[in-house]
Amino acid sequence: MILFESVTKKYGPRITAVNEVNFKVGDGEFIFLIGPSGAGKTTVLRLLNREIMPTVGSVFIDDWEVNKLPKSKLPYLRRKVGFIFQDFKLLPDRTVGENIGVALEILNRSRQEINKRIGEVLDIVHLEDKLNYFPRQLSLGEQQRVAIGRAIAGNTSVILADEPTGNLDPKTSWEILKIINDINKEGKTVIMASHNVDIVNSMKKRVIVMKKGKIIKDEKRSRYL
Amino acid sequence: MTDSLSIFQRLRRTPYQAVASVFMMFITLFVMGLFLLLVTSTSSLVSYFESKPQLTVFFSNEKDKTSIDKLVNKLMTTGKISSTKYVSKEEALNIYREQNKDDPLLLEMVTADILPASLDISATAPQYLNEIYQMVKGEEGVDDIVFQKEVVDTIISWATTVRRIGLIFILLLILSTFFILLTSIGMKIAMKKEEIEVLKLVGATNWYIKKPFVYEGIFYGFIGATLAWLFCTFIIYYLKPYATSFLKGVGTLSLFSYQGISIDVWPPNTMLILIIWFILLCSGLSIGLIGSLFASSRYLKE
Repeated sequence: MILFESVTKKYGPRITAVNEVNFKVGDGEFIFLIGPSGAGKTTVLRLLNREIMPTVGSVFIDDWEVNKLPKSKLPYLRRKVGFIFQDFKLLPDRTVGENIGVALEILNRSRQEINKRIGEVLDIVHLEDKLNYFPRQLSLGEQQRVAIGRAIAGNTSVILADEPTGNLDPKTSWEILKIINDINKEGKTVIMASHNVDIVNSMKKRVIVMKKGKIIKDEKRSRYL
Repeated sequence: MTDSLSIFQRLRRTPYQAVASVFMMFITLFVMGLFLLLVTSTSSLVSYFESKPQLTVFFSNEKDKTSIDKLVNKLMTTGKISSTKYVSKEEALNIYREQNKDDPLLLEMVTADILPASLDISATAPQYLNEIYQMVKGEEGVDDIVFQKEVVDTIISWATTVRRIGLIFILLLILSTFFILLTSIGMKIAMKKEEIEVLKLVGATNWYIKKPFVYEGIFYGFIGATLAWLFCTFIIYYLKPYATSFLKGVGTLSLFSYQGISIDVWPPNTMLILIIWFILLCSGLSIGLIGSLFASSRYLKE
């Protein structure tokens, strides 16, 4: 369960990125966060994994009040919340396998377990034959699939995706979306910020529309436009 | 950065920084090793001389054994003498022969006649030495008095100087090594800033991020200490022939001895070499560990 309670995030006295936002997301839900640039979508996602702190209000993930978590607990929150970035944020000098393995190494898994799980994840993201490739040797779509693999490899129960198809062509975007949808079907909660109207409309999922930091629409099985 | 990359792969990517860090570590520990050797040698030498008779009185040929015995009795009545040992001309010749057995030329030239008889005197307390010295000095037939205290004082004096200069020098070197390590690891952390950010975002703990840097510091310490130890061992064996002639007559100088295990400073034994390695290794690992922990904590602000 994810809960935003009267959350406001200000950058200095003049810029309000998120203003009095309230919403609740149930376990296993798939939500699109949409809106124009500067609407506050990314800020919402960054508040969820405690990259930033709210100025006012509370953010909850299950029993954890994210904004009150001590710094020492932060890594454990982030192991629960997988983040998929628009620019992938892969480790350039690590192979595909090593990039995915990072999420498992931090959990202190044995080498054997790590290798087994990497194999499983590569199956899910359809990169079985790219284990030893470096990110620079992959297409953008493949790189995003590695990032998805890293996000789901550990014990994540929530997936936050910030414009994951933003840098991709339509065909690849659909492939990525299909993978994320499959992950959601396995029970993981997904919150995805997107500009892609076609995708949002076709998926018929709950859509939260934001504008100037406020939620202006929150509908299930919505068509944005 | 991660466990999947070995320390060698990480070092290969920044070889010059690695070489600079290892070199500084080596220099510091090498000087520390030499300093250790000097301090232990001088301490052992001081102990050696302190254990010897504190006064040695050399007699002229005219002084016979009876008058020497009288002198001994006179000294013993003061209650300030713990022991005396008379060394006759013949015994002196035997000692001389033993000390110079490898040099036949020196043996040929010396007979018992030209060596003086002597008396080794040990006082019950060092403060009586001057008084005994004054008593013996006034005796007839006394040629020369060797005051061991002067020898010991001289050794102590330069041992203290060596210790002080060495300590200051080592402290400065440790400080330089520490800063080089700090800069080297700090640069690496700066180079990997984005990577570290990603690791934090996927839930890596601070220790997980620090770990490779700390291992690297420890590795520098290990290599630096091993190189320093090899060089120190080389120096010990290289200087041994020179020291042999300098320390002629001095027996085994033990730093520590217990149940058949002894650390001999002279002649240097395997245990001494191993102890030096152990001390240098502990120092190297500690400098590496503390330096890298400090650097990673400083640059990876939690």
